[in-house]
Amino acid sequence: MSLYSEKVMDHFKHPRNVGVIEDADGVGEVGNAKCGDIMKMYIKVENGILTDVKFETFGCGSAIASSSMATEMIKGKPLSEALGLTNKAVAEALDGLPAYKMHCSVLAEQAVQAAILDYYKKNNIPYDEADFKCVLCAHEHDEHGGDDGE
Amino acid sequence: MDIYADHAATTKMCDAALRAYADTAAKFYGNASSLHTAGQRAQEVLSDCRARIARLLGCDARELYFTSGGSESDNQAITSAAHAGAKKGKKKLISTAIEHHAVLHTLKKLEREGFEVVLLPVGEDGIVEVSDVEAAIDENTALVSVMFANNEIGTIQPVAEIGALCKKKGVLFHTDAVQAVGHIPVNIREIGCDYLALSAHKFSGPKGVGVLYARRGAPLSPLIEGGAQEHGKRAGTEDLPAIVAMTVALETSIADMDASEKVLKHLQDRLIAGLSKIEHCALNGDRVRRLPGNTSFCFEGIEGESLLLLLDEKGIEASSGSACTSGSLDPSHVLLAIGRVHDVAHGSLRLTLGPENTEEEVDYLIESVKEVVEYLRNMSPVWRDLKEGRRQYIL
Repeated sequence: MSLYSEKVMDHFKHPRNVGVIEDADGVGEVGNAKCGDIMKMYIKVENGILTDVKFETFGCGSAIASSSMATEMIKGKPLSEALGLTNKAVAEALDGLPAYKMHCSVLAEQAVQAAILDYYKKNNIPYDEADFKCVLCAHEHDEHGGDDGE
Repeated sequence: MDIYADHAATTKMCDAALRAYADTAAKFYGNASSLHTAGQRAQEVLSDCRARIARLLGCDARELYFTSGGSESDNQAITSAAHAGAKKGKKKLISTAIEHHAVLHTLKKLEREGFEVVLLPVGEDGIVEVSDVEAAIDENTALVSVMFANNEIGTIQPVAEIGALCKKKGVLFHTDAVQAVGHIPVNIREIGCDYLALSAHKFSGPKGVGVLYARRGAPLSPLIEGGAQEHGKRAGTEDLPAIVAMTVALETSIADMDASEKVLKHLQDRLIAGLSKIEHCALNGDRVRRLPGNTSFCFEGIEGESLLLLLDEKGIEASSGSACTSGSLDPSHVLLAIGRVHDVAHGSLRLTLGPENTEEEVDYLIESVKEVVEYLRNMSPVWRDLKEGRRQYIL
């Protein structure tokens, strides 16, 4: 199928960092089953560095690929850098997403922020709300468009 | 293994239709509206096709109009009946929640023009109750439109009973028979409908051609103006090669219907039995009153588009009613209408087989679906929540 770029298909078919971290330092879950996609991100943090990241995703091809790419982009990075991850960067790293699938990359950004926020809260680390604006505001899906044809 | 399991979306043209298409294009190039010999020869072929299709459907040739397909036929029938009704002060249109968008969107448009549209619910079995249709009909009703068989879940509607009811009540009745014609017996006289829509590419004919049946005397106004073709009801030079190919395809599929049905029912039984063994899944639509080629399932904890992509990787071409595949925010309106909640409707899979599919292919389908569903469930946080009791199973 040519709906997606080769990179998206690669990350969808061979997702990196799938799974659960049982003793995670932070866990973030975003999206909802009603809308058809949920992302759950698990992180391990040592000295402000994301030493391990894993994800679980219920969703379409681009949701799985976006989660996979996001974990790859933040693994081994300092928290401050991971917090700077934007949905645009995830989509670009995947060589683009169809316009009506951009919300999948937004979910990936939110999942990363949600996991880090969870880590900060659990450890009573003070944080700047501005860093989490993407996940602290209500999660709204992007508009979709089009119609099926049959 | 390459398996085409999306026959409800479209079918491959049969050899006889392909040959007929090429032969007609080569030999009968005249415009059927021209007075010269080439034109008149084309006109003869056109009349011959109309008569042959009329015999197959149980109506008069004069009552058939060639169109660009099911959507156009549905649009024209519904719009014509609605506007004729409005002239008599009848502005109520009755249909069901599971119609194809060619019907639903036409009704929506008419609603914006001031018509009252009533969409009847269906049961969990995906079938509309005749008594609900009866209760909805009143003196303001211009039209009842109920599909013959559903495109997503394959359920067959009680159209003959609804046709008889509409006749008794003096209300026009339209049926979208796109999924039925060529697959199960369709006889217009037995249904007693005023309008019927069909599309050639669903029964191994070419794309872009179809038929509208409009009973003699039923209101019919053209959607396309510009010529006297099709008794002045549908302008545009007739696509003769496509019409001939459609006629041949219809004759072939009706001649083969009993044998195909036998094969398809056997494959369907095997497929449903095999897929039912996957835990937490459910067949969509009535088990018995369904098209022999249709198998539709919902699998809990996964999403349909990723299922389709991974099946495609295995050479399996299928379809789903998840939001991501329909390009809208909501999953299929048909799945929601039979009571599937959003979470579950997103995990739907439609496999529609044709008579060329084999037992071996069905076994491969079952194995592949099992494998892919398990793979996706293993990375699904929803599935984990279900397994670990944080979320209640629905299926």
